[in-house]
Amino acid sequence: MKVLLSTTGRELDSPLDPRFGRAELFAVVETESRRFEIVENAAARAALQGAGIQAAELAARLGVAAVITGHCGPKAFAALQAAGIQVVVGARGTVAQALEDFLAGRLRPATGADVQGHWA
Amino acid sequence: MRLAIASGKGGTGKTLLAVNLAWSAPRPVDLLDCDVEEPNCHLFFKGQVVRREPVTKPVPTLVPGRCTACGLCARICQFKAVAFFGKEPLLFADLCHGCGGCSWVCPVNALMERGEEIGEVEVREAPRQRLIQGRLRVGQAQSPPLIRAVKRRADPDRLAVVDGPPGADCSLGAAIADCDLVLLVAEPTNFGMYDLELALSTVHRLGVPCAVIVNRAGRGRLDVRAACARHGVEVLAEIPESEEIARAVARGRIALESVPSLQPIFAKIWSDVLSRTRDGRSERRVLHHADV
Ligand code: SF4
Ligand code: SF4
Repeated sequence: MKVLLSTTGRELDSPLDPRFGRAELFAVVETESRRFEIVENAAARAALQGAGIQAAELAARLGVAAVITGHCGPKAFAALQAAGIQVVVGARGTVAQALEDFLAGRLRPATGADVQGHWA
Repeated sequence: MRLAIASGKGGTGKTLLAVNLAWSAPRPVDLLDCDVEEPNCHLFFKGQVVRREPVTKPVPTLVPGRCTACGLCARICQFKAVAFFGKEPLLFADLCHGCGGCSWVCPVNALMERGEEIGEVEVREAPRQRLIQGRLRVGQAQSPPLIRAVKRRADPDRLAVVDGPPGADCSLGAAIADCDLVLLVAEPTNFGMYDLELALSTVHRLGVPCAVIVNRAGRGRLDVRAACARHGVEVLAEIPESEEIARAVARGRIALESVPSLQPIFAKIWSDVLSRTRDGRSERRVLHHADV
C-alpha cells in the first residue's frame, strides 16, 4: 500500500509536518518495502486559498491510499474523501514513527476535519 | 465627489475620521461603511434603518444526473473552487469568484448558477446623512463583491465618504477604486509608518490621488511629515492625541460635538479635499476592474 505523510525533511527520520495543505514536502512510502520518495507540495503552498484542495489533488495523482498527517481542514478532508483517500490525523514525531504508529493501528482514520481552514 | 478613508491596519482612527467627516460635511452626504467584516459606523450614527437587503454572488451548483465526469470545469477554474477526482466535481462555494467559467465550459450543462448569500446591505437615514453599510456573513471570505454592492447603492450626485476596510489587499482596492481622493490615516509610530507604506503601495497601484491624516499626533516621536515627504504624499492634518476624543469615541459620540477644538481641523480637511477634487480637477484614471 502507498501512503503519504506530510513532512519537513527529506529523510524518514525527519519531523512530520503537522499541517497537510501547507506542508513543504510529502513522503510517499510503499509500506511493504519501506521504499519512499519525496515530493514537493509547491503548488499548494504557493496558493493563497485552497491549498488543501491542491494538496489533495496531488495526493490523488500520486495514487496513495492514505494521507497521514497532524491536522486536516474541511476542504482538504472533503477533497481527499472524494478522491477515495483515507485521512489519518493526530500523527506526531518523525515520519518513520508516524508510519509505525499507523501500521500498528495506533492512529485512526478521521471521520471529519479536525481543524478549520487556514490551519491545514 | 467620493472621498475614501483608509489605513494599513485597523484601530488607527479610520472610523473616527469617516463619521466626523460625514457629520461635518458641507452638503448632504452618503456615508458608505465598506469595512464589511466589522462595520461600526452605525455606532456613531443617529438614524433609523430604512432598508435591509441580502447580497448574493453567483456560484455553480450541480444538476443531479447530468455530469459525465469530463473534468473540464475543474481545469478552467482559476480559483481552485472546483476539484475533480474522476467522478462528479466537488464545488467549494467560498472560494468561487463567480466568473461563470465552469458552467460555460460544461458540455452537458450540468452546472447551473445559484445565488449564494454573502452578506447584507443596511441603509439608515438621518436628516443630512445616509449610512449605507455592508455586513459580511460569518464564514464568507470575499468582501469585494459586497463592497461593490454597498457602493452601487450610493447616490452618484451626492458627496460620499467611504470608510474603507483595514489592510492593503483587494478589499481596499474595491473600496477606493472609484474614489476621487483617499485619506490614509496613520499613527506616528514605526508600526504605523509600516502599515501606511503598505496601504500607499496599493493606492498608488490603483492610481487614486491620496493624502495622509496623522491621528494621535504627539504619541510617537516619529516625524511622519518627513517620512510622508519621502513617499511624495502630503500630510493634510493632524488630529492630536487626546483623552477627550478617546472618551467621546468610547461613548459612541461624535468627537466634533464633544471636543470643539477639533472643528477647525475638520473644516480645513473639507476645504482641502474640496479644492483638490472640485470640477473633476483631480486626475482620476479610468479603472478597468472585473466586476465580480
Ligand atoms: S464560477 Fe468561476 S470561480 Fe466559480 S467555480 Fe466556476 S470557474 Fe471557478
Ligand atoms: S464540466 Fe460538466 S460534465 Fe464535465 S466534470 Fe464538470 S460538471 Fe461534469
